[in-house]
Parts: sequence; structure tokens; C-alpha cells
Amino acid sequence: MATQYPPPSKRQKREQAEIARQQQDVEQTIPDGSVRVRFVDQATGETGSLPVLTVPLSQASTKNLEILLNELKDQADDRIPYRFFPDGGAEALGDKEDLYNALVKPGKVSAESEITLQYAPQAVFRVKAVSRCAAAISGHGDNILAIQYSPVNSSRMASGSGDKTLRIWDCDTGTPVHTLKGHTGWVLAVSYAPDGTIIASGGYDRIVRIWDSTTGKPIGGPLKGHTDFITSLSWEPYHLQVHGRPRVASSSKDGTVRIWDAIGGKVDFALTGHKGNVTCVKWGGTGKIYTSSHDKTIKVWSASSGSLLHTLSGHAHWVNHLALSTDSVLRTSFHDHTRTIPPTQEEKLAKAKSRFEKASTIGGEIVERLATASEDCTLFLWTPHTSTKPVTRMTGHQKQVNQVSFSPDGTILASCAFDNHVKIWSARDGKFLFSLRAHVGPVYMTSFSADSRLLASCSKDTTIKVWDLRTGKLKEDLPGHKDQVFALDWSPDGERVGSGGADKQVRIWRN
Amino acid sequence: MPQNEYIERWQKQHGKRFDYEERKRKRLAREGHKASENAQNLRGLRAKMYAEKRRKEKIQMKKQIRAHEERNVKSSEPAEPSSTPLPQYLLDRSSETNAKALSSAIKQKRNEKAARFSVPIPKVKGISEEEMFSVIKTGKKTHKKSWKRMITKPTFVGPGFTRRPVKYERFIRPMGLRYKKANVTHPGLNVTVQLPIISVKKNPSNPMYTQLGVLSRGTIIEVNVSELGLVTAGNKVVWGKYAQITNNPENDGCLNAVLLV
Repeated sequence: MATQYPPPSKRQKREQAEIARQQQDVEQTIPDGSVRVRFVDQATGETGSLPVLTVPLSQASTKNLEILLNELKDQADDRIPYRFFPDGGAEALGDKEDLYNALVKPGKVSAESEITLQYAPQAVFRVKAVSRCAAAISGHGDNILAIQYSPVNSSRMASGSGDKTLRIWDCDTGTPVHTLKGHTGWVLAVSYAPDGTIIASGGYDRIVRIWDSTTGKPIGGPLKGHTDFITSLSWEPYHLQVHGRPRVASSSKDGTVRIWDAIGGKVDFALTGHKGNVTCVKWGGTGKIYTSSHDKTIKVWSASSGSLLHTLSGHAHWVNHLALSTDSVLRTSFHDHTRTIPPTQEEKLAKAKSRFEKASTIGGEIVERLATASEDCTLFLWTPHTSTKPVTRMTGHQKQVNQVSFSPDGTILASCAFDNHVKIWSARDGKFLFSLRAHVGPVYMTSFSADSRLLASCSKDTTIKVWDLRTGKLKEDLPGHKDQVFALDWSPDGERVGSGGADKQVRIWRN
Repeated sequence: MPQNEYIERWQKQHGKRFDYEERKRKRLAREGHKASENAQNLRGLRAKMYAEKRRKEKIQMKKQIRAHEERNVKSSEPAEPSSTPLPQYLLDRSSETNAKALSSAIKQKRNEKAARFSVPIPKVKGISEEEMFSVIKTGKKTHKKSWKRMITKPTFVGPGFTRRPVKYERFIRPMGLRYKKANVTHPGLNVTVQLPIISVKKNPSNPMYTQLGVLSRGTIIEVNVSELGLVTAGNKVVWGKYAQITNNPENDGCLNAVLLV
């Protein structure tokens, strides 16, 4: 029989009542008064033409500030959500917070002083954090080494495996669609073309292959030329492509990068000059190709002539990975969150071009920024258009940095390293924001959600973790894989996350 | 210049003979033939001596070859692909195999552990009780049962020590063999300072000797190093530090020790 507690004493009752009363009138305690608010653009650090406003404290919630800023910028009919960072702090104001409770009450600022709020535009859509495993699909006979979603939508995903095949999956039903056989070695790199119709794959057998993504049939024969395994692939941006002649760049351990005509099946030219394993290649949206290598340098090439433009040096050891601020736009070209595909070729081109320009324009000019991760435990941020000197050097990791990625809106950098941490940096000046600690093994990869509000990371500790980038806290912990997770991709429309690893199962996660 | 280096001096002044290198090469080329001739033709004592010399040379040669072979063994995994497929970013790392990493970690730990207990003089000869103590036979009662001992080695007694009543004093530590100070060498700085002893920490021969404060070779003592001005990592002045006795105090009449750092 359960023990019955005695009824609460008079004192206990009084205390309860006190607490309840205090909790009740928390909402009404915003006093009269006002604060002066100055809005500063986070990307440029300047106020521009915006006036310093006096805002009543009782009205100064994040929602109202957002409306106010949109009014000031004459965007009232087409509002953009903003995120406000008080005085350059790392953590932004929450959506339901207000200035009084977040800043004035804890004593961070006094009500008389001027509050500087850095604003950063956010995506107009919102991606929900993935929280459950929608499907765990067996099929591959060996470790899964590369995964990529189609840029069109999240229903198709391609995965490359150690069993020498590529598989295309239907993520709506969790079933295999095609098995692409042809490689004679492990498939190390998989890449969808920006329009989503072609897939390129590169393998340990030194061969690049081109596939039709809808039928799963090879296009042309194997592209031979490399003398060592392929490390990464990068498609020519859609707005630069000659219609019907898309090109793809492949980097290899043999120190060269080859530019292939994907349809014609011929090598256009080879970029030789690196003295070691080329670890990563990225085709920029301004007609430049960026490569990183084990010879400690990053080289910038002209995509039209194949000549070397710059050599960026500064790293003290291998350069493991590089990321462009426009990566996600170039990957998705004319596919955006509205999911409307322009009907004609010209409109597609125009849309891809305008999306690229919108993503890369800072202060009226097109700036493509570059971040590199290195074996010397540091990262560098470059603006290769203007200077061969780095903008900043980001230190803090205690072991080799494996991968770096830009958020789709180009404001945040995420780096993952063998020291079990993911670190978040400001992409404008390289300022350290957060260290995301929860993984207990080396973190292999990270992937941003399309709205830049969330980040997924996969690790040797067999888990995938989803992080909230506003607070730098863990949002979801997704165990499920039975062995280390090598590959991870968040679909460009934000619906699903695909992952694969040494347990030979592709897992699809969704909210 | 040493007197015996006349050849070097001559070479410095006049240079080498023009055919020096060639003569050297030829001598080297002849060496095998020469050795073989000696081995076949020497007789008697000279043959014996030659054989002995040759044997030693061969032992040395074999040792050297073995050392070379050991050096050539690859410590980490070859760059060849492992049997399990790995993603591109893990491929080129010279990954030590797990077992290898584990075993080296264990070895290192063991070494560290050994290093913690390692002292400059790890082994000393034990001292028997017969050698250490002499039986005192003065007085009627003492003589009858012979229970009183005198320590025949140098000792350290604390500053506040008073002898016990004669009836209860079992061990006598003679005044003439007591030490208060030791000449302590700092091995890193290579300086020797006379420092007061604080206590005897361990006499390796016998725990009882530790209790009695016997100072023999290999004994660990604590000395007062406040004069040296050593500072800890936390920026505090160190005043007590361990040292090990390196000489035989009973023979030398002084106490030499080396600081354990």
C-alpha cells in the first residue's frame, strides 16, 4: 500500500502561493521606458542609411524588431526574417525573446544606453530538425563511402560504396531504384550535376564515370586518364555551362585535376602543377577552379584556359578540404525552396545566375570566399578575388581538421576535426562562435540544413548529431548506425538527411 | 696538439698524397683476399690469435646486420589499401593499426611507470644485520642477554632527538657517526651544494634501517633545498626534495647525494 503524505503545512502552502504569484506576473513586468536601438548589417558591419530608433521596451520583442527593420528597409510587402545579435555576441536573440528580458534585465545593457543589434537575414523557409530514422536500407555489400542527394528534391539519393557499385535510392519509399555497376574499385566520390540529370562518380580504379540519373544507364564509356584514385568531383556551375556540354572536374591522388566533357567523354584539359595528392576540387561560380593539395598549397585556375592564376600558401601541412561560400547555390543552381522549375532553358540560366549573384554579393560586388581545412589543425579564410593573402587564420582545433563547410547563406563556417569537436566560426571575419562538443569520436563530416539554422554531423562514434546554430546546443542525437558513419548529406530541400558508413546500411532520417 | 697526431698534422700542412684515394680503395679491395690468406696460412699462436680476432669481428658484423634489418621493418601499416573500403579523407593517413597503437601505448605507459620509480642507483648491495649492528656487552644485565645493539654505520637523527633511558634504549646511534648535512648535486644544473637533511625516506636494504635513519649507499633522503630557489609549476617555492646517496659514507666520512628531479 502506498504511503500517504501528510497535507502540506501552512508554511509550505504560503511558499507555493508565493511562487505561483511570481510566475504569474512575469509577463507583465516589462516596465515602461524605451531603449535606443541601432541596427548594423552583420555582413558588412555598417549601419548604412538606417536611423537610430527609440523603441519602447514593452514592444521590443524579436518579432516586432523584425517588422520594424523590414519597414525601415522598404520590404514591408515581402518580409524577410532577421536574426539579431546583440553587440556582436555569438548567440542571437530567440524568436520569442524580447530586448528587456534578454538584455536589460540581466544587466547586459542599461536602459539608457544605445543597443547595437547586428542583423542577419535568414531564410524565408524553415527546415525542421530531423529526429527519427525513416528507413535503414540494406543493399550495399560493403562500406558506404559517399552520399549525395539530388539537387532537384529529396526523393532521390545516390550512394557510392566499397562494393564497387553506385546505388540510387528512392527516399520516399525507402527502396533502391537503380544499381549502377561499372567501377572496378571502391566508389569514392559521387556528385549530381547542378540540374540533377547526370551523376558523376569517381573511384579507386582511377576512372570517372558518368551516369544518367533517371535511367541509371552509363553515358559514354569510362573516362580514363588519371593514374591514381579519384579524391573529389565538382561540376561546372549551371550558369557557366555551354548548353548540352556540361563539364566536370575530378581531382586525383596523382596530383592532377582533369576537366572532362561529360557528354563527349573526352578530357578538355588537365591542371597540372600540384606536387602532391589533390584532396579537393571546387568549381567556383566566377569561372575559377580551386584545388587543395597535400603539397600545402591551394591553387586557383582559370576554368576557360586552364592556366594557373594564383597559388595560395600559408598552411603548414596538408590541406584536407576546401569550401566555397557559394557551394550550396552552385550545387542546386535553379532549384530553390519554391520547387518551381523554370520552363525554358533561358529562364533556368537566368535563375541560376541570379541565385548565384544574390548569394555571393556582399556590399554590391561579387565576392567568392574560400575556407580551407588543414592537417596543421587550423583553417584559413581567403578572398581569392582580391588578394592572395588570407583574411584570417582560425585556430582552436586540437587535431587535424577534416572538413569545412559554409552555411548556405554564407554567414557561418563549420569545421569538423579529429579532436571530436565541431567548431562554428563567423564566415565574415573568422571569429570563433561555438564549439559543439558531444561526439566521442573523430567527426568525419558536417552538413548544413538549407536554411542555415541547423547543422548535422557524423562521426566515428556511430552517431549523427543535429545542432542548433543559434544557441550552439545539441538539438537531436541520432543513434542507429552500428558502425562508424563515413558519409552524410542533408538534402537541399531540407526534408531528409541521408547517411551511410561501415555498417553497410544507408539510413534516411527525417523530422 | 697531442704528440701522436703527426700524420694529421702533416696532412694539414702538405695535403694528402695524390694517389691516397686510389691506394685506399685498393687496400679495401684487397682486404678479403688478405683475410683469406691469413686464415689459410697462419700457423701456431698467430693463427689462434687471428682466429679469435676474426671471430669477434664476425660477431660484430652479424649484430650490425641484425640492427639494420630491425630498422628496416616498417613500424606503421604500409600505404597499400586496407581490405576494408575507406572514404577518401581516411585513405592517405598512415594509420597505425589499432593493435599496434594499443601495444605502443601500453609500452609507453610501462616506461613511464618505470621512470617514476627509477633512481640514479637502482640496485645496491644489501647490508646484513651482523654487519650493521654490534652487540653491546657492558653491564651485568645487558651482558647476560645481549639485547643492546650499536649501529656501526652513519645515521641521521632528527633535530629534536633525545636518547631514551638506558634501560629502554635498544639501539645506540653513536654521536660520531651522525650527519646533519649532505653534499647534494643537482644533475641538471651541475652544481653541488651542502644542504641540511630533513629525513631519511627509504633505505633499500631493510625497512628497519629506514626507521633508524641509517645512511648507506642508495638511501633516499629528503633535503632542504630552499637555498637553491627551486620553484614548482604553480610558482611555489620548493623546500623539501628527495636525493639519493651516491657514496659509501662509512668509508668516506662525508655524505654525497644526487637530487632526484
